[in-house]
Amino acid sequence: MSALIERFLAGDRRALARLLSHVENRTELGRRAVREAFARTGRAHVVGVTGPPGAGKSTLTNALIRELRSRGRTVGVLAIDPSSAVTGGATLGDRIRMMENHTDAGVYIRSMATRGQMGGLSLAATGAIHLLDAFGFDIVLVETVGVGQDEVDVADTADTTLLIQVPGLGDSIQTIKAGIMEIADILVVNKADRPDARQLVRDLRNMLLLGEPLPGGWDIPIVETIATEGSGIARLVDKLDEHRAWLAAGGRRRARIERRLVREVALLARERFDQWVAARLGSEQFAAAREALVNRQADPGTVASQLVGGVLDAVDPAESRR
Amino acid sequence: MVTARRARPIRVLVAKPGLDGHDRGAKVMVRALRDAGMEVIYTGLFQTPEMIARAAADEDVDVVGLSILSGAHNVLVPRVVEELRKMEMHDVLVVVGGTIPEADVPALKAAGVAAVFGPGTPLPEAIDFIRTHAPAREDEA
Repeated sequence: MSALIERFLAGDRRALARLLSHVENRTELGRRAVREAFARTGRAHVVGVTGPPGAGKSTLTNALIRELRSRGRTVGVLAIDPSSAVTGGATLGDRIRMMENHTDAGVYIRSMATRGQMGGLSLAATGAIHLLDAFGFDIVLVETVGVGQDEVDVADTADTTLLIQVPGLGDSIQTIKAGIMEIADILVVNKADRPDARQLVRDLRNMLLLGEPLPGGWDIPIVETIATEGSGIARLVDKLDEHRAWLAAGGRRRARIERRLVREVALLARERFDQWVAARLGSEQFAAAREALVNRQADPGTVASQLVGGVLDAVDPAESRR
Repeated sequence: MVTARRARPIRVLVAKPGLDGHDRGAKVMVRALRDAGMEVIYTGLFQTPEMIARAAADEDVDVVGLSILSGAHNVLVPRVVEELRKMEMHDVLVVVGGTIPEADVPALKAAGVAAVFGPGTPLPEAIDFIRTHAPAREDEA
């Protein structure tokens, strides 16, 4: 086993930081680290924090860190911000709101850029969560990029998903649309001191009442917070604990974990396949096909079939013709 | 040092140590480095050397950029470098920007700073320096 992985398994924080880079950079050592660590995962409560830009995700995350630490729990944080589609660069600014936790060994904060991945998380996020989990943090908070209506990947990554809403972004119809509203386990109305916060809480409550309650289902709470002052945060942590207990009962967490891990396998398989496709498309032997595309002699669908057909045929002939 | 093509973005921590509250220069650098394709973590104002070193270590950055306009660079910069060493950040590239008198530059370099960018430094010069001097690492795929 590599020295770095051994140091990580022995609880060395620098080794954790280095291995997170390997996971992020998709190296072989990164894959090995997750493999070696995986037997130790599954203990942490993974909590997704999502919501629109400026809703207060980072400030709320910081307030959660403080409250969780006061209850004696250790916290790993993965804070994700977008990469530029143009230059690949990124400004990772979430940490600004969390600097007060700087010398606490019970808190580890890591910023990560999406590096082209859509859906609110980075491709490396799941691997990074495994490492933070295996390192022994009681709670792993995953702060997504600022999301709009449709970035729901976090729900397939976390045990509990917090959706942060703020007043002033729209009327009650926004609350009954499909997409992001459906993934919340806990609804947080942040900036609850704003004048129209009451209306948002009413709209959200009405939205929840429109649905049929399922027997034994989770009753989605609405928690009002003022993250900058820490107000409402103790209640929010109570709700996190309640949700975790609810998940633990009746094998619900097992079902979520299975779905999550199966999805991760699909993501990783797709990553390998994407790399293979990109390499083939750019290769010398595909030059003629590229020329045919540009000359309108072959359409993209046909070229795609030629590209993947042979491979899929080799595995499962019936599957490739669908 | 061999400058291989980088398979991943350079990670930079931009920090404002000490008690000066002017971060326009720091923000200009954050923006410029981002546009140069780097991943830039900005810590905000009023950071102690310990906070900066901890953030640099946890974020596993390649470069630490310190922006100082307070005149306290002769005290703050060596302390940051010392804290970075304590965090086993031995190969991290440390650069300083701000109002640093020419006369203070040799001592800062002796303390472990790779470059000092004074007022009027063209942005491409700072970017090129960082790009060529950021340490190569084994996790480059």
